[in-house]
Amino acid sequence: MKVAVLRFPGTNCEFDTQYAFEKLGHETELVWHEETTLPEDIDLVVVPGGFSYGDYLRSGSIARFAPVMKAVKAYADNGGKVLGICNGFQILTEAGMLPGALKRNHHLHFISKHQTICVVSNDNAFLNKCEKDEVLNIPIAHADGNYYIDEESLAKMEANGQILLRYSDAEGNRLVVNGSVTSIAGVCNETKNVFGLMPHPERAMEAILGSQDGIRMLQGFEA
Amino acid sequence: MKAIVNVFLKEGVLDPQGKAAHHALHSLGFEGVSDVRIGKQIILEIDTSDKAEAEAKVKEMAETLLANTVIEDYTIEIA
Repeated sequence: MKVAVLRFPGTNCEFDTQYAFEKLGHETELVWHEETTLPEDIDLVVVPGGFSYGDYLRSGSIARFAPVMKAVKAYADNGGKVLGICNGFQILTEAGMLPGALKRNHHLHFISKHQTICVVSNDNAFLNKCEKDEVLNIPIAHADGNYYIDEESLAKMEANGQILLRYSDAEGNRLVVNGSVTSIAGVCNETKNVFGLMPHPERAMEAILGSQDGIRMLQGFEA
Repeated sequence: MKAIVNVFLKEGVLDPQGKAAHHALHSLGFEGVSDVRIGKQIILEIDTSDKAEAEAKVKEMAETLLANTVIEDYTIEIA
């Protein structure tokens, strides 16, 4: 598998993301935000975490207009798989490639810790190696992770299996972590080829660092 | 001419910063505040003397970049 990892001014998770996919035996290539095309023969585009453009105006609001995002949009419109992690999730919602928006955490604090999350739907190209209702231990690190979606759209997303992950306790019960609507931690688009989540699977690749639950998440794209 | 864009979270979308400020005002003894909403003000200098043209331009800017209309509303004042 070949993975394109985007890089904007202020991105800071691109090397962790490369490490994670290379550990799984895949080829990766960093793509600078000023590029107007994506590398050929890629199987996945990852929009990694960080603070693109200093989070000015709103997180992800400037990065979504970077030249490379046109190519990413065209790639996704053509059925290509795109994964946004943390700031990448924010960029994809700002770009309208994922429904909803990410607001400031309800308690206004930056959260950085390991968090248990529950797999809500695994019927997709991302979480197919995880069990439904399985609880994973994945680090989170964000100030703007408070997912908002209106009730009508939420009901449609639920019915279509677009809610991927929810913050939970170790037993899988919903947990309020940042104020997200129904504790949502990750979603996908209607056609299930664009994915976004606030937790960082690329930081959960080594048992010695607290968890390797990220491995099975990212392996989903191998199928 | 000058354009002032006020951006704020939509009615019904919980405003965490407004809530925190509201709570702080209450703690400081300020009574009779039933709600606090925090937004942002963006001031633009537009190179035109045509008010309608300025308004149309700024509206497009607000829809495209300055506000996220999934969660935010905006108002435009041309001065």
